[in-house]
Amino acid sequence: MTSVSACVLSAAFPWFGMDIGGTLVKLVYFEPKDITAEEEQEEVENLKSIRRYLTSNTAYGKTGIRDVHLELKDLTMCGRTGNLHFIRFPTHDLPAFLQMGRNKHFSSLHTTLCATGGGAYKFESDFRTMADLQLHKLDELDCLIRGVVHINSVVSGGLSECYYFENPTDPDRCVQRPYTLENPYPLLLVNIGSGVNFLAVYSESEYKRVSGTSLGGGTFLGLCCLLTGCSTFEEALEMASRGESARVDKLVRDIYGGDYERFGLPGWAVASSFGNMMFKEKRESVSKEDLARATLVTITNNIGSITKLCALNENIERVVFVGNFLRVNTLSMKQLAYAMDYWSKGQLKALFLQHEGYFGAVGALLGLLHPAAS
Amino acid sequence: MAECVRLNSSTSSHTMDKSITLPPDEIFRNLENAKRFAIDIGGSLTKLAYYSTVQHKVAKVRSFDHSAKEAAGDRLYEISVQEEVTARLHFIKFENAYIETCLDFIKDHLVNTDTKVIKATGGGAHKFKELIERKLGLKVDKEDEMTCLIKGCNFVLRNIPREAFVYAKHADSEFRFQTTQPDIFPYLLVNIGSGVSIVKVESEDKFERIGGSSIGGGTFWGLGALLTKTKRFDELLQLASKGQHTSVDMLVKDIYGGSYGSLGLTGDLIASSFGKSATADKEFSKEDMAKSLLHMISNDIGQLACLYAKLHNLSRVYFGGFFIRGHPVTMHTITYSINFFTKARPPKNKRTPSMSMTATLNYRINTTKKNPTNVHNPNQYSWGENYAGSSGLMSVSPDMNPMQRARSGTFDMLEMDRLERQLVNLPLLQDPSSYIPDTMDLTEDALAREYWLYCFEEALDGVVKRAVASQPDMPQAVERAEKFRQKYRHKLQTLRHQPFAYGSLTVRSLLDTREHCLNEFNFPDPYSKIKQKENDIALKYYQKAMKSLEELTWEERQFALVRGVLAGNVFDWGAKAVSDVLESDPEFGFEEAKRQLEERPWLVDSYDQWLERLKGPPHKCALFFVDNSGVDIILGVIPFVRELLSRGTEVVLASNSGPALNDVTNGELQILTERIAAMDPVIQAGLREDRLTLVQSGSSSPCLDLSRLDKVLAMVVRERQTDLVIIEGMGRAIHTNYYAMLSCESLKMAVIKNSWLADRLGGKLFSVVFKYEVPAGKPSQNSAALTPS
Repeated sequence: MTSVSACVLSAAFPWFGMDIGGTLVKLVYFEPKDITAEEEQEEVENLKSIRRYLTSNTAYGKTGIRDVHLELKDLTMCGRTGNLHFIRFPTHDLPAFLQMGRNKHFSSLHTTLCATGGGAYKFESDFRTMADLQLHKLDELDCLIRGVVHINSVVSGGLSECYYFENPTDPDRCVQRPYTLENPYPLLLVNIGSGVNFLAVYSESEYKRVSGTSLGGGTFLGLCCLLTGCSTFEEALEMASRGESARVDKLVRDIYGGDYERFGLPGWAVASSFGNMMFKEKRESVSKEDLARATLVTITNNIGSITKLCALNENIERVVFVGNFLRVNTLSMKQLAYAMDYWSKGQLKALFLQHEGYFGAVGALLGLLHPAAS
Repeated sequence: MAECVRLNSSTSSHTMDKSITLPPDEIFRNLENAKRFAIDIGGSLTKLAYYSTVQHKVAKVRSFDHSAKEAAGDRLYEISVQEEVTARLHFIKFENAYIETCLDFIKDHLVNTDTKVIKATGGGAHKFKELIERKLGLKVDKEDEMTCLIKGCNFVLRNIPREAFVYAKHADSEFRFQTTQPDIFPYLLVNIGSGVSIVKVESEDKFERIGGSSIGGGTFWGLGALLTKTKRFDELLQLASKGQHTSVDMLVKDIYGGSYGSLGLTGDLIASSFGKSATADKEFSKEDMAKSLLHMISNDIGQLACLYAKLHNLSRVYFGGFFIRGHPVTMHTITYSINFFTKARPPKNKRTPSMSMTATLNYRINTTKKNPTNVHNPNQYSWGENYAGSSGLMSVSPDMNPMQRARSGTFDMLEMDRLERQLVNLPLLQDPSSYIPDTMDLTEDALAREYWLYCFEEALDGVVKRAVASQPDMPQAVERAEKFRQKYRHKLQTLRHQPFAYGSLTVRSLLDTREHCLNEFNFPDPYSKIKQKENDIALKYYQKAMKSLEELTWEERQFALVRGVLAGNVFDWGAKAVSDVLESDPEFGFEEAKRQLEERPWLVDSYDQWLERLKGPPHKCALFFVDNSGVDIILGVIPFVRELLSRGTEVVLASNSGPALNDVTNGELQILTERIAAMDPVIQAGLREDRLTLVQSGSSSPCLDLSRLDKVLAMVVRERQTDLVIIEGMGRAIHTNYYAMLSCESLKMAVIKNSWLADRLGGKLFSVVFKYEVPAGKPSQNSAALTPS
């Protein structure tokens, strides 16, 4: 994968890329490490203070988090070398972020803030009125693809960006393995955020959105909050990891006593998600953990089904799953790997990327540095 | 074993709280004559089907032996009422909670059954096996669920003309019913039970489960019960119908502030179902959550259906199963979702089939999921829905009619009668797949609906009076007529609230329902005596009428013949305006009728073209769908037919198989033509030389469905190379077939005997429709400019 278009050498620091989604704001920040003494001299105090604030902390306010493990060190972008930082915070805390920008006089830096995601449109006027910032808005799917392509081209060596699960249908032998994404096209890119987008990508610049579903990460968290009283994604996932969905779902074997052989349906397959919850005594016998697990399995399986159908319809054999729903969510990743392998009889390969939720923000940053491409 | 214990416990919790008294007349009708049973027990609903024989009265006519010197006075023929046995299929749907009560009831009333087994299917079949065997003493014979589903689906798609419909929320009528198509394959069946099965059906026996989804009705119920603490499925649906999903779902505009223009996603689209409920410190209403859940599931099913249809290149998708249950929100969402996913896809690569997707939802398939092997290969016969015994599509917005809604949750019924003959398309239909018999769809046209419902209710007293008068010596005629009145009035009231209860509401369906209800209470032919009397009187004038026609010039005669048919058609008890005149003034004569007729130019007038055509070569064979008894047939139609015969055209007279109003039946017409033949050598020669043929239409309706005609008629039409179709009367040529396109010449003649309808068509009472049509591409033969004969 290569990135082609020319750099804008004049792009002034700070270099940010922002992706404002329905649930999370994703922010990437390029911290230059090759600052010359001369530059250091000229660097205004505001810029220094922002750099120090972002790089010396791993948490910002109550909800902002820097994913340190994802940081890309000694990266060259537009002839500059530095570290790429990955930061996220909930979209509902955007006002606090804007307030901070105002307090730190961000607008005095006269930088362009490239932003993508729906929030770039929704909050554009808030950026202007609350922080005196002018947003440069970019299309989220363009950014997503650009981000995926770019990160894959720059990450090499030790930690592979792309990985898959070996032996996905055998839980005991299922292990994560690095994957070299060479000649990746065509590929089906499945971005699981609050909702889900399915994109058929034919080249770096050629793609189409083939489908989408509203049953995504937001649905998982939303239903879990209602069903279990939890309030965060991490909490919901933690509960799910301890639960048992077969108590909640009606399986094929619950109806047929075993496999429904005539149609090749194994007994363990889910016949009706939450199907057992029609009965009062079963509702009373399940735990919150079971419910969280069932919600996770339902959403993940549904994404798997639609993915399979889109891949078949588009005649694509490789699927790359990205998006923050997969963050620290090995359960879903393994389930998707399993589902792709099982229902396609090994034809479809499920791939995952380390920087799962940040590609849109990376794409937005590239929009700042390579405006010709946007 | 743990499995067993669990299942049993859930069974008992299901059966405990329900004790109901079943009204036997209404629900398990004719159980004492039930022969075979089939049962489908799903996760929540039981669907029971049985095959019974029905004994009912039919009116027969028999010619007197006239050599025996007028023994029965002046009467032309004798009317008798006979018992006839026909087959009927009954379908009843109820919640599993009632299963024990129902089995007890069946056991108590089952006397004549000759079967030792009950066919069973569905996931619950094994669960209730022991209960059924113990209660009924019948052996449970399990059948594969999917095979049953497909067979049942094919059966109803073939035999219930308005079984399938398209749901369009924002159109004037919510339901758009599909007509039966001779070729129903291939199609995609999306059966939504607890889960979803997606089946590709290629032929009667060839089908394949190509996919499915675990997010189905069980998910709605289970997750809905958890979220709202509401236990019952119907209650959940009711909650959903009152909710606002936008408070729970994250919409595109919640993320974008508006639409996502570059992708063509509007702001109101759901970006993330339940996306707004991802917070611990906010309460959501039950209604809103139920609505969001319903949207989520319906959309998901619609999307999967689309993807599967695209993958397998199928353009027809039918949705069935209990999750649908005629529920408007569900249907709307699925339809919306189908439209969205088919439209949103940009036109592109070679693998994309051209998709004209019809989201066709299917409302009673789940009721009729039965095992047809049970009834001696039902596809040998045609079946017709009995409107008198069917409860119709009940589920509507609960606000509209809560009582009906509650009832539909309990017992839904469908009855189908086996018809004595196989029904087929008229071979002369230009495009059978797009043929719709009815001219006006009252489900769509609220004004017309209001008028006709009022009209039929107004006429009810007269019909009851007539029914009683037709059986002066029969027991309980008054009581039965009263029951008929109640039943039909109830149907009319139901239709007022739910116009789509029995498919598209049309004047035809209103007329047919009335006939079914009359039969139900053993009034097989209330007009028999009136028809007899009118036939007698008309016959007396026949020779005189013929003589005066013969005195005319050729051109005068052609016009007189047409006027004769039209004037004859004024005599009709089916039309309110006329029955008033006939009742008050029995002397209302043929000549009087002619005077009443509108002067030319008529409301629809292609008489000049017809006359030109008559100057050309004779038609090979004319098919004439006749209307009323008496003056109409004898003084109007027969002289017209006689002229055709004289021109060298063969004539096929198609009349009703069974009685309807004062329409002449095939039995009556045979006697009438014999009598006329005795007076008229032209008719006699026609009959003798087989150039005049009488066939039955296969119908017992005052209207005419050209897609359901007796197979024999279709055969005769083909053999004789019929090149002219004549349709007479309001019921057959105006209420139905007014826009029917035929592949040969056609002539539609009627007098508008209803002032409202006349008004609507831009005419007045007794306006004339004379519509002569030549199919496009076939130049009318008179263009050859032939001289008059």
